Amino acid sequence: MLKEKRNKQQTLHKRHSELAMANKQLEKLSNGIFANGELPTFSEKINETDQFPLRPKKLEILQINVGYMCNQVCEHCHVDAGPDRKEIMTRETMQQCLDVIRNTGAHTLDLTGGAPEMNPDFRWFVDEASKAGIQDFIVRSNLTIIRANKKYYDLPEFFKKHNVHVVSSMPHWTRGKTDKQRGEGVFDQSIKALQELNAVGYGMPDSNLRLDLVYNPSGAFLPGDQASMEKDFKKALLEDFGIHFHSLFAITNLPISRFLDYLIASENYEDYMYSLVEAYNPVAVKNVMCRNTISISWDGYLYDCDFNQMLELKVASKIQHISEYNEAVLNDRKIIISQHCYGCTAGAGSSCQGAVTE
Amino acid sequence: MASQNYYDPADLKKFGNITQWSKELGEKFFEYYGKVFEEGALSAREKSLIALAVAHTEMCPYCIDAYSQDGLQRGITKEEMMEAVHVGAAIKSGASLVHGVMMMNKVNKLEM
Repeated sequence: MLKEKRNKQQTLHKRHSELAMANKQLEKLSNGIFANGELPTFSEKINETDQFPLRPKKLEILQINVGYMCNQVCEHCHVDAGPDRKEIMTRETMQQCLDVIRNTGAHTLDLTGGAPEMNPDFRWFVDEASKAGIQDFIVRSNLTIIRANKKYYDLPEFFKKHNVHVVSSMPHWTRGKTDKQRGEGVFDQSIKALQELNAVGYGMPDSNLRLDLVYNPSGAFLPGDQASMEKDFKKALLEDFGIHFHSLFAITNLPISRFLDYLIASENYEDYMYSLVEAYNPVAVKNVMCRNTISISWDGYLYDCDFNQMLELKVASKIQHISEYNEAVLNDRKIIISQHCYGCTAGAGSSCQGAVTE
Repeated sequence: MASQNYYDPADLKKFGNITQWSKELGEKFFEYYGKVFEEGALSAREKSLIALAVAHTEMCPYCIDAYSQDGLQRGITKEEMMEAVHVGAAIKSGASLVHGVMMMNKVNKLEM
């Protein structure tokens, strides 16, 4: 198969790609095989088991995206993050988030990006947020940021001081597969960063400092069984590099943003959508993360999940901004869905916490 | 409409339809097939690699398609997959070559 030579190390925004625009992505996801009846739309599918419209359950997780800037340009990134993205949460919006964090019923706070550590107010925000007594405080770190610059070298200690739960991406235990997805040299830097996290106690067998890894496939295929993958990752990382970690979250790549661009360019789009629809699991719908999560963007808007945030699909509620946050009102909404949602209901299901069914 | 090719990738998706013309046998086959690939004395990962090797010796395009994808999903590396294919190829060529002994026996018997 002939593949067009693609510029891998740039964001869709920088490339002025049409797919940088959310409406173009949504168009792609609604046309073709989903418009001509070849495959059922997601709403038709969940309607088969009377799960349409999708509604929230009790709110458990507040996920805050503090900015799209990142030191990496991963090929599969659903955020289209990269060094050229300037969308960064201000301290003022962080302050509004803190007001919410102090009063929320959610037990988990989940900071993501981009590389959240690149936000200039990141440390201040973590300092303040950690005082709110949230049960589980997650920071999603891409690992290489810890090694990217001297000013980040002390991040493992900083995380430890605030008892942050570190969740890091690691697409494979081999250099080739990792670098192909995340960029040249990422594997070696990630290994070093993991060793540094281990050195301060993160991920060690009896440690309370939680270090979990995120696996997502480096290509147009679905993740395998999470428990088996975890076993393989643990064995390989320990034998080859002496690295320990707690759990592995297997996450399906959703067909949006750069992964959608990759699927189209590699002529895998239709087959991938077929495999997502074929692997559809109605049980996973019960536990999809949009039902217990609110996603907050860098500019304070509210979304059903980080994917909807990237597709610019704000919550269907009269409350759409953190400044007017009201949990009860927000919980009485219909969740916005499209065909990308098949990514969260394939097989054992997928969420930012990994599989959602046994 | 009939395909212009003996093998069509789209036919793999229709494999399940074989139950239409013989429900009982078809279902028994799929039940057996599913059971075989479950985690057992061998891991599902090991079974996937065996299946990939056999797919090649059987030269079954559907199976190669399915088990290349299955291998990737299980995090099996390209190197592991290629080694498995070589195991199949070695047995296949060995199986041909070992018959050379039969030829030698025959020739030795016939020749003065």
